[in-house]
Amino acid sequence: MRILVIEDDASVAEFLCGGLREAGHTVDHADNGKDGLFLATTETYDAMVIDRMLPAVDGLSVVRTLRASDNDTPVIILSALGQVDDRVKGLQAGGDDYLTKPFAFSELEARLEALVRRQRGGTGAPETTLTVGPLEMDLLKREVRRDGELIELQPRDFQLLEYLMRHAGQVVTRTMLLEKVWDYHFDPQTNVIDVHISRLRSKIDKGQPQALIQTVRGAGYKIGG
Amino acid sequence: MGLKQQLRTTTFLLTLRYMVLFFVSVTILMAVINWAITDYIESRADESLQTSIRTFTKLYRLGGLAAIEPLVKSSEASENPGEALYLLADQRYQPVIGNLPEWPTLQATGDGWVAFAYQTPDGDTAPARGRVVALPPAAWLLVGREMQTLGALEKILERAFVLVLGITLVLALLGGLLMSNDVLGRVNAINTASRQIMAGDLSQRMPVSETRDEFDALSRNLNAMLDQIESLMSSVRHMSDNVAHDLRTPLTRLRNRLETLRARASVGEAEDIDACLEDADSLLSTFASLLSIARIESGASGEEMQPVDLTAVTRDACELYQALAEEKDIELSCQATDGARILGDRNLIFQALTNLLDNAIKYTPAGGRISARAVADPEHVRLTVADSGPGIPEGQLTQVLDRFYRVDESRSAPGAGLGLSLVNAIASRHRATLTLEDNHPGLRVSLAFPSEQAA
Repeated sequence: MRILVIEDDASVAEFLCGGLREAGHTVDHADNGKDGLFLATTETYDAMVIDRMLPAVDGLSVVRTLRASDNDTPVIILSALGQVDDRVKGLQAGGDDYLTKPFAFSELEARLEALVRRQRGGTGAPETTLTVGPLEMDLLKREVRRDGELIELQPRDFQLLEYLMRHAGQVVTRTMLLEKVWDYHFDPQTNVIDVHISRLRSKIDKGQPQALIQTVRGAGYKIGG
Repeated sequence: MGLKQQLRTTTFLLTLRYMVLFFVSVTILMAVINWAITDYIESRADESLQTSIRTFTKLYRLGGLAAIEPLVKSSEASENPGEALYLLADQRYQPVIGNLPEWPTLQATGDGWVAFAYQTPDGDTAPARGRVVALPPAAWLLVGREMQTLGALEKILERAFVLVLGITLVLALLGGLLMSNDVLGRVNAINTASRQIMAGDLSQRMPVSETRDEFDALSRNLNAMLDQIESLMSSVRHMSDNVAHDLRTPLTRLRNRLETLRARASVGEAEDIDACLEDADSLLSTFASLLSIARIESGASGEEMQPVDLTAVTRDACELYQALAEEKDIELSCQATDGARILGDRNLIFQALTNLLDNAIKYTPAGGRISARAVADPEHVRLTVADSGPGIPEGQLTQVLDRFYRVDESRSAPGAGLGLSLVNAIASRHRATLTLEDNHPGLRVSLAFPSEQAA
C-alpha cells in the first residue's frame, strides 16, 4: 500500500514510517499541514495517517479540505488528547477512524488494514455468507457451522464472530471490538473482552485440532489467515 | 416561573411589608376623617337643639302654651319630622303638646343629654337624642332629634373605608406581583446562565440589558470574573494538552522501540522485553486515566449532552460483564426499570459503570453476589452497583475518591487506584451525586443523576 504520514514529531514520524515500511508499505512523510496537504492532493495514496495538532495547517483542516475536493482516501486521525469530543470532531471533519497517542503500532496497523479493505470491498453486493476455513456463517439464517456442524451462539457472540470473520486475516484490537460490537468508544483497560473471546473460542474451537481464533500478543485477536 | 417562587421573592416580601404599612396609614386616615365628620355633624345638631330649646323656653315664658303651639305644628308638617322632636308634658309627664305621642323612657348620657327611642312615621324605631328642660310653673319640655341620619352617614363612611382599603390591598398586591415578576425575570436570567456555566459551558455570560441598573452592574462584574476564570481554565487545559503532547509522545516512542526490539529479540530476551512492554503499557494507561480525569473534571469534554437511556446502558454493561462474573463464579444481577433517561455522555457513563463493575468483580470472592440497578423516580435516576466483597472501612469511604488512594488490604490487586476517581469525575461532569455505603457486607456505590426533565 502507498501511505501518507503527516506528523510533526520527528521520532513518532520516524517510528511510524519505519514500522509501515517494515510491514511492506510505501510511505511518504510530511512534517507540517501545508506540505502534507500538497502531497495529499497531488499524489494518490491508499491511506493517510494525519496528526491532529500540526504546524501551519492543522490536521482537521487538512482532512476537511481533502473531503471538500472529493478525495475519499481513508484517513486515520492521530491525537494526543483522546477525548470523546475530539473523536467526534475528527470524524465530523471527515476522518474514517481516530486513534489516541500513545498507541501500539499494532493498533494502528489493524485499523489501517481494516479501513483499506473496507474501501476496496465496499462496492460489491452485500454478503450473505462468510467463510473462514472450515467455519461458515449464514448471515440471513443467523447460523454458524464448523465442518457442517451447527454451533449454537448467543446474539452477542454471533456479532463478535461476525466482526472477526469480516476482518479475517486481520488483527482486531480490543478497543475495536468494544467499538464495533458493543458500540461504546473508550479504551477498555480491563480483561472483560478477553473473557468474551475465550467463551466464543470454547464454542468454536473446542475439541478441534486447529484453533481458528488466535491471540496476537500485545495487540488483539485474529481469525484465519 | 411559578407563583410559589414569586411569593418567596425579596421584592414581593418588601411589597407585602409596605402594603401592611400603607394599610395601617389608610386606616388611621379614614378613622380621623370619620371622627371629624361625625363630630362636626353632632356638634352642629347639638347647637341647633340648644337654639330650639332657647326659643321654646323664651316663647313659653312670654305666651305660654299658645305661643309654642304653631312652632310645634310647623315642625309636624315638615318633611323630616325626626329632625325636630318636641314634647311638652305636665308634671306627671302626660303629653300636652308635641310631635311625640308619649313621654319616652329616657336614658341619661351624661353632660345633660338624654337618649331615647323614637317611633318614625314608617313605624321603625330609631335612636334619638335630646335635652329635657323644666318649664315653670309645672311642665317638662323634651327637645330632641333622631340620630338615624348620622348613623346612615357613619355606615356610608364605613363602606367607603372598606372599599378604599380593598382597592389599596388589590393594587398593592398587583404592584408587588408585577415588580417581583420583573426583578425575578432578571434574576432568573442570571440563574439560568450560571447553571449553564456550572454545567461546563464556560463561554456563557450573564445577560446585560441597556438600562445600566444595579443588575447590569452585577452581571458585568460576574462576567468580568467569568472571563478571568475562563482564561485560567483554558491555560490549565492548554498546559494539560501540552503535557499530554510532550510526555505521552516520548512514552510512546519508548514503547514502540521496545516493540521493534522484541521482533528481533531471542527467546530469552523476548520475555524480559515483554515485561518492559507491560510496565510501559501500565504507565501509559495510568497516564491516560489521569489525563481523562483532568479533562472530564475541567468540563472540557464539551460534547453536547445528549439524552441517554440509562436502562439500555445498564443492561449493556451487565451483559458485557456477565461472562466475567460467571467465570469467577459470581452472581451478577441486573435490574433496570424502563424510562431511566438523563442528559449526558453515553460513553462516559458506560465507562463509569464498567469501572464500578470491574472493581466489584475484582474484590468479590467466588460465590459472592453483585447487583447493578438503574431506578428512576420523577427527579432522579439512580445507578447502583453493590457487591458482597470486603467493602471499604467507614473512615476511608471518602478517601477512596482521591487519586491513587487504595484501601491497604487491596494493594496486592492490580490497578493504580484511579478507578473511583474517574467515576467521581464522570459523576460531577453530570451533576450526579456519588455515594459510597456499606452494603452489609460489601460496598454499595450509587450515582444519582438528575433526570432528563430535571436536568
